[in-house]
Amino acid sequence: MSTLTPVRPAADTAKPGKPRRPWTLSKTAVNGALALATLYTLLPLGWLITASAKNTADLIGGRSLGADNFHLGQNLQDLATTGDGIYFRWYLNSLLYAGIGALLCALICVGAGYAFHVYSFRGKEKLFGVVLLGVLVPTTALALPMYLLASQLHIVNTYWAVLLPSLVNPFGVYLARVFCAGYLPGETLEAARMDGASELRIFWSIGLKMVMPGFVTIFLFQFTAIWNNFFLPLVMLSDNRLFPVSLGLYTWNAQTHAFPEYYPLVVTGSLLAVLPLVIAFVVLQRHWKAGMTAGSVK
Amino acid sequence: MSGTTPVPGGGTSAAARGGSAAAAGARRRRAPFGAPAVLLAPFLVLFTACTLIPIGYAVYLSLFSERRSGLGFGGTTTQVFTGIGNYTRALGDAAFRDGFWNTAQYCLLYIPLMLGLSLAVALLLDSALARAKRFFQLALFLPHAVPGIIAALVWTYLYTPGISPVVDALNSAGAQVDVFGHPLPAIVNIAVWEWTGYNMVIFYAALQAIPREVLEAAVVDGAGPLRTAFSVKIPLIRASVVMVGLFTVIGSLQLFTEPMILHDVAPGVVSTWTPNMYSYAAAFERNDYGLAAASSVLLALAAAALSVVVTRFTRDRGEKRTSKPARQRAEKRTETAR
Repeated sequence: MSTLTPVRPAADTAKPGKPRRPWTLSKTAVNGALALATLYTLLPLGWLITASAKNTADLIGGRSLGADNFHLGQNLQDLATTGDGIYFRWYLNSLLYAGIGALLCALICVGAGYAFHVYSFRGKEKLFGVVLLGVLVPTTALALPMYLLASQLHIVNTYWAVLLPSLVNPFGVYLARVFCAGYLPGETLEAARMDGASELRIFWSIGLKMVMPGFVTIFLFQFTAIWNNFFLPLVMLSDNRLFPVSLGLYTWNAQTHAFPEYYPLVVTGSLLAVLPLVIAFVVLQRHWKAGMTAGSVK
Repeated sequence: MSGTTPVPGGGTSAAARGGSAAAAGARRRRAPFGAPAVLLAPFLVLFTACTLIPIGYAVYLSLFSERRSGLGFGGTTTQVFTGIGNYTRALGDAAFRDGFWNTAQYCLLYIPLMLGLSLAVALLLDSALARAKRFFQLALFLPHAVPGIIAALVWTYLYTPGISPVVDALNSAGAQVDVFGHPLPAIVNIAVWEWTGYNMVIFYAALQAIPREVLEAAVVDGAGPLRTAFSVKIPLIRASVVMVGLFTVIGSLQLFTEPMILHDVAPGVVSTWTPNMYSYAAAFERNDYGLAAASSVLLALAAAALSVVVTRFTRDRGEKRTSKPARQRAEKRTETAR
């Protein structure tokens, strides 16, 4: 697409007899509107940053932040000591659920997407259609029957109860198939076959490597989805040592009415919980944009 | 891993054919059964276990009710088949119907607002006048990196008098702001904040994929930026708009986290404010699994029905609009202009 852009000015100069400038919007209006939208998205995050440095009295009293009432260090220390440092246990749990879950999920999705792209077998497109329908199933409507099933299998209130459902992402399979179609030239696989490599070896050492950008994209989106998930852990877990950050902060927030000293903990804890994803999205810009482009152009 | 090697004869014959290798590829790759099965199995097993079986189990559960027999601690529960009893019970419950009504109002307010905003911002960003596109894209997308529960918490604090600088400023200016008295716009605002940037990036990516010649032709035809946006750009990214609309509808029906947080502070948000909250309350507050399953199934059915409506409706509109000839005409115009 970027290679085509030079066409625009070239055609403008090709028609010098036409003085009409169709761009009636001014540059300031366009950029001003964009800046306004950006303010809307960034201001709550800005508030979160300043609020995380306030103590309980300043937070509830609405006092603005200054050098004399900067309590970020104190808040972090409280976060580390409250409930024997349960917050950082939640944080580790979240990293575990999201890290392992997204890694396995991306591998499973790429494997399935690769199989759908490379091989042909009876009923393939029908099966793919079922997978696509799976995208439309409301996941929260599944959480409750899944809880009841898990309780019969006696895995409720274990890591498995949250981890296993996180491995399924039908949309990831769809994305993986799109990525395979884009990144995998048939000739390469053919050459490997002629060299006598087994099919699974070809997938592992050639296919997976070539669709690595797609793998990272699926990993990133699944990591975000698991990190942000609230309903599934809420349903599945009752032991607070297994909670992810999202659920832990929810239970703390529920206590703020009775114990206002939880306010700074929730605010500072929220800021820390947002940081890894913000950093990931800033660093991996190319990957999430690729994923959303592949998803939008059907 | 044995038995996955392709038939050697197939390989050589296809190589000999050279140019038509892609066409021959599909037939040749049918040979090994093992590899596709091994690659597909993990997904299919998990998909069955975590999607298909729960759906079936929910339907099964929704047909039964639990009866307690015996007294006190030693009493046992037995499952009694009640047919559509749980469904009539759910539909007959005013709280459940209110949940759907709340969700309908939420959809009517949220979906046009969010889609309109994200389309508008994407079009602005796509215009030749926009500067710092990468920065704007990233900054607008960032709310997606914030977990829904934290977004709801932050906005709830920003709605709370005393904590929120915004509400305090408005109140001291004389406006009596009571956000918690109006939970619907309060929840819609949180959702708009979370999703506008995300969908804007999808629209922007689709807009960037429009061939520049087509836009060029529109300009040559004398279309201004607004006309180009509405008559050329938006019809051309219709597929993306439909897809985003579909996911938004399904997501909106599952509304849970935001009202759950507001439930603590806003008196209007009862514990059954959305169908999802109703199912949750039925299961975990009343231990009425039959009712919870029936209401979950009804929600899934509503999602399926709405998905069909969205795809049908937009497909019909697309056919009536017939953007294709216009585009072809525009393309022809570019050819002659060169």
